[in-house]
Amino acid sequence: MTPPSLLIEQLAYAYPDGHQALFGVDLRVERGERVALLGPNGAGKTTLVLHLNGLLTGGVGNVTVAGLPVEPVNYAEIRSRVGVVFQDPDDQLFMPTVRDDIAFGPANMGITGDELDARVREALEQVDMWEFADRPPHHLSFGQRRRVAVATVLAMKPEILVLDEPSSNLDPASRRELADILRSLDVTVLMVTHDLPYALELCPRAAVLSDGVIVADGPTRDILLNDGLMRANRLELPFGFDPANVPA
Amino acid sequence: MHGHSWLHRLPAHVKLVAMVLFIFTVVGTPPDQFWAFGVYAVLVIILVFLSGVPVRIIAPRMLIEVPFVIFALLMPFFGPPPDVEFLGMTLSQAGIIAGWGIIAKGTIGVVLSILLASTTPARDLLVGLEKLRVPPLLVQITSFMLRYIHVVVDEMHRMKIAREARGFQAKGVRSWPVLAHSAGALFIRSYERGERVHLAMLSRGYTGRLPQVRVKPPTRSQWLGAMALPAIGLAVMITAIWVQS
Repeated sequence: MTPPSLLIEQLAYAYPDGHQALFGVDLRVERGERVALLGPNGAGKTTLVLHLNGLLTGGVGNVTVAGLPVEPVNYAEIRSRVGVVFQDPDDQLFMPTVRDDIAFGPANMGITGDELDARVREALEQVDMWEFADRPPHHLSFGQRRRVAVATVLAMKPEILVLDEPSSNLDPASRRELADILRSLDVTVLMVTHDLPYALELCPRAAVLSDGVIVADGPTRDILLNDGLMRANRLELPFGFDPANVPA
Repeated sequence: MHGHSWLHRLPAHVKLVAMVLFIFTVVGTPPDQFWAFGVYAVLVIILVFLSGVPVRIIAPRMLIEVPFVIFALLMPFFGPPPDVEFLGMTLSQAGIIAGWGIIAKGTIGVVLSILLASTTPARDLLVGLEKLRVPPLLVQITSFMLRYIHVVVDEMHRMKIAREARGFQAKGVRSWPVLAHSAGALFIRSYERGERVHLAMLSRGYTGRLPQVRVKPPTRSQWLGAMALPAIGLAVMITAIWVQS
């Protein structure tokens, strides 16, 4: 039996200033699943993301990625397995050209030469950005930069793709393009968001993180239709949006 | 930037080495050997012609030299005797020669730098610096500066608009505290961005070195062609020193 892509057990974490962000999070994501992690601002979503590849440590509990525990000795391997796409593509894209940026991850994994070139090309083609390979990131539109940011981690062939607010600041067309791309990928996805329609569109399953614990986990539609749960966790559907009317 | 002359195709580190060596020979040439600077000028003009970079790209960028020109123009007035009379002004002969030296050497250096910058993409320059064993940390810092300067300038511009949208006008000393606060806020935002970028780098396996970029190694003829420039420069400089003494 293949181990789950992501297994989080009783993860708790307090920042050095004493502010506790996570109070025992449990989450299991099977291989190939697309799961939305929902929660209002300040629920601890970003803190949780930073634990998935060992950028934050020192708390209690365990995180394992495809059976490999997130521990300092495994960081190199863990960081190639967990592809984190941060919210601001300007933070994610730090190299002078798109091509160099895509190559950054695989090159750190020790890939060189023609194989590296092939990885770069494949990743950019997956997000339909190959023709922009030699552009500097600041010459791209925001939506294009977001897609390139996704490609930077696809080039590492991750076990699980972790997206922090993937739809933020995107116009409706870019939003749909990104959704098409994410749907076309054959990879486990954990999508951290408070964009509920986007979660419903892309993720069959959702978990709700509130005040540092998972308070609900189930089919996305059921969660969005559960009025009491939604209200209790400061989750609100956009005006006029009714999950019951969205075709499955 | 997108030309395809021989100069454009030359690897950045070859260009850098040839240019720096040539500038050393120019700087080492005694300024009173005017013919030598004529030879240098011809070489530079040939290079500009070969590169296909239009003069209208080069000329405005040369304005950066203006402060040095002003300084050089002042030298005849403050140099040591013997003096010469010119249009009723008393000018120092040594000052005239020194001022001319600054203008001539400076102009050659500036034109060459502009030529280098307009035939070499910034990224290739960074790769070239790395090839020349410039400490990787310095190359990385330069690389990040190039990448984020636009982001920071955009941010600064948005802050300016936000200030003005609320009726602020930068006038006189009284607006300085506001501007100082903006500068401070910009610094903190940039600093925080630096931390986020670092997290993003760690996420993709960064361990302190940027990966080496593969470049086609320069051919023998490229090296030889490029080195012809400092070689001629060296010959001219030695002749000029010999003639002078």
